[in-house]
Amino acid sequence: MNQNSETEPAAAQQKVAIKIFGVGNAGISMMQRLVEGGLEGVEFLAVNTDAASLLGSSASQKIHLESKPLRGMGTGGDPERGQVAAEEAAAKLKEACAGAGVVFILAGLGGGAGTGISAVLARVAREAGAVVLGFVTTPFDCEGRRRQNVAQEGLEALREAADGVICLPNQKVFKLIDENTSVISTFKLIGDLLADGARGVWRLLAHPGLMDVHFGDFCALMRDRHMESCFATTEAIGPTRSREAMDKLLAHPMLDGGQMLAESDAVLVSLIGGPDLTMAEVNRVMGEIQGRCDGAHVMMGAAIDERYCERLAITVIVARKGEVSVQNEQRARTNPEELQTQLLSRTSTGKPKSRLIPPAPELSPDKVEQLLSRQRNGGTRGRKNAAKMRQAQLPLEIISKGRFDKSEPTIHMGEDLDVPTYLRRGISLN
Amino acid sequence: MFDPSSIIVGLEIGTSKVCAVVGELNAENALNIVGLGQARSRGVRKGEIADAPMAEEDVRHAIVEAEQMADVEIRSVYLGVTGGHLRGFNNRGVHPVVSADREISEEDVQDVIKNAKTINLPAQNHVIHAIRQHFLVDGQDGITNPVGMLGARVEVDVHVVHGNLNRLQNAIRTVKGLQLEVDDIVFNGLASSLALLTNEQKELGSLVIDVGGGTTEYVVYANGIIKHTGVLAVGGDHVSNDLAYGLKVPLSRAEHLKIEHSSALVDESVKGQTLAITNELGLPLKEINLENLRRIMSLRLDEIFQLIAHDLEQAGALDYLRAGVFLCGGGARIAGIAKLAEQVLQMPVTIGKTSSMSGLKSALDQPEFATAIGLVKFGSFQQRKRTAKGSLSQGIKSTFGQLFKR
Repeated sequence: MNQNSETEPAAAQQKVAIKIFGVGNAGISMMQRLVEGGLEGVEFLAVNTDAASLLGSSASQKIHLESKPLRGMGTGGDPERGQVAAEEAAAKLKEACAGAGVVFILAGLGGGAGTGISAVLARVAREAGAVVLGFVTTPFDCEGRRRQNVAQEGLEALREAADGVICLPNQKVFKLIDENTSVISTFKLIGDLLADGARGVWRLLAHPGLMDVHFGDFCALMRDRHMESCFATTEAIGPTRSREAMDKLLAHPMLDGGQMLAESDAVLVSLIGGPDLTMAEVNRVMGEIQGRCDGAHVMMGAAIDERYCERLAITVIVARKGEVSVQNEQRARTNPEELQTQLLSRTSTGKPKSRLIPPAPELSPDKVEQLLSRQRNGGTRGRKNAAKMRQAQLPLEIISKGRFDKSEPTIHMGEDLDVPTYLRRGISLN
Repeated sequence: MFDPSSIIVGLEIGTSKVCAVVGELNAENALNIVGLGQARSRGVRKGEIADAPMAEEDVRHAIVEAEQMADVEIRSVYLGVTGGHLRGFNNRGVHPVVSADREISEEDVQDVIKNAKTINLPAQNHVIHAIRQHFLVDGQDGITNPVGMLGARVEVDVHVVHGNLNRLQNAIRTVKGLQLEVDDIVFNGLASSLALLTNEQKELGSLVIDVGGGTTEYVVYANGIIKHTGVLAVGGDHVSNDLAYGLKVPLSRAEHLKIEHSSALVDESVKGQTLAITNELGLPLKEINLENLRRIMSLRLDEIFQLIAHDLEQAGALDYLRAGVFLCGGGARIAGIAKLAEQVLQMPVTIGKTSSMSGLKSALDQPEFATAIGLVKFGSFQQRKRTAKGSLSQGIKSTFGQLFKR
């Protein structure tokens, strides 16, 4: 058995054994951050083709993938070489995965090692009986088209192989940094973000929870292939921590100012607080989140950690039904009937994901055709463009008071009566 | 020509219009409306003057029109005031009866009223009205005239309406700038209620709501006395503004839409109906949803009534209203507003009629002239009081005084 089961046998049996793999240079440096952050009961493994970066890592187990064609020079940015090297060492990797219940793969896509190895590693880990979660980054737009394409392919491959992939496009980090942020601290930030996500998931699985997230639930959430997910972690200290943490969460760039929550399909919330965590706080946070993501399947877990006295950390993983992946789409294009039957069978037999969502309405065949064609059109241009096109918006709505702009406001019991009543009552006009 | 003292003019400087009404007290002391002048108001926001020169011009227009119609020269007016700064509350004065036989004399009554009117208010506040309610003798409630009764202690309740002195002065200065005297300032809500309510209605208990352009005033009468007054600085202007914002049309267009398609209720028949807006050439500009228009209006009016209902509930005045609710002001013209008010306030609502006076029929029928007519009525009460009270010598003195004043 692995190392952590020897140090904490009880926890390992009760919970699940978790192994975290850092793959490639970027993956290893991200993992390093997790190691420094301290996750007990987790085994860290570093996998790379480049011996130098392995040397700098403090992982408990280091796997150096060496093969002849590489000549000790790394993959040179070619994911195929990385893949070949990984395939050669498949047995070694499988051995490393043995006994793990959950395997996290941290990697930076777009390069040779991370892109090539992670998909193979994911496949091997699944073969070894583990649930595989990928935490990956995709390159900045400025890194060039080729790297982007490589990363996209790698992501697809990883999605195919792993149970779930949480992908952080580096480009999104631009929302978090300002003009003066150095390159080093930007990459550090990306590492931190991803590490935060991984930590949040780990917390869900490994911490003695007051309200457990069942492992099965979690896998069910992650297993659906056509999902894209994002995550956010926030922390706040002090008596107003629940409100603060929630505000931060909604302002989190990864959630697009709460927009992701609204579009979500399933949401997993993990709260961690000190022994002073009150039920009212849990209720407030969950109420807020549930209010935001109408109709989504919301799962929650709350855990108590002595060290989190007066602190509250919220981690949310938001999954939504994204566009069908490129391959699926091609399949759909060549054989629309097949997808149609899938679609129809799903609407008729699949049980609703939660009590909150009514079953999908019956669709007539031509309606289905229409919807499919719409989705196809939207899908080909891809999400990248859509993200680029969207204009940034401040999260506040400026309500003009029209002719009362300059007169003394009529405040009655804390309400500004000059603002139209329908706005204050939140009634939407059609 | 008329005797100048028998001419009474009520001037209301409203948010949407300035209105002057001329009344005449005839030999039998009965009031007769003889003239009416009005002008569109441009310098007023939420019942208070925001642009003094503009307001002055509008007042001049209204006064000139009224003078021409009544064929009199207007020298003094009873000025109606309103605004969000006005407050009403009830105050109680106490006076011990000191005479040996414990009989309450006229002096005791004067003293207790004086006590009740000494109110501790911030220096910048001015008391507009201190209206006597009922007397209490040794804690016994509901006495209208305690003179001649026996008791150790006499108390009286007064309803006080006060406001910010500087803001009241703004309106007064505007009028004085036109070489007009201000006989008295009167709370608009009080004036409206005087115009609308008969004595029986005051006795039974009624609520008058004056939905004006910039403000909404309300007055509660119960057992013949004023129980409660209030002002909301929300009115028809807000409806227009909401429409302009919600339908994304200019304010002037919103004003038109409000008047043409006014309805306080959203009924099923307008669901899905649209309305084409055309420019001056008759070409369609855009389409708006009639249901949205109605909904925006309805919500705003509903809120106004709810705020009033809430205030009355807190003041404990809702249970006295056996005669129901009377609406006036321009807002009373909105179709279905009585029904909406009925739904919110849960009591019979009617549009008020200024029926207790003779004179110009066209002026009396309109709900928006209730305030100005009420001001004249208030003036006539004052005038009668003055003539009744003043002895002959005082009368001469005041007559000369008025002559010198010119």
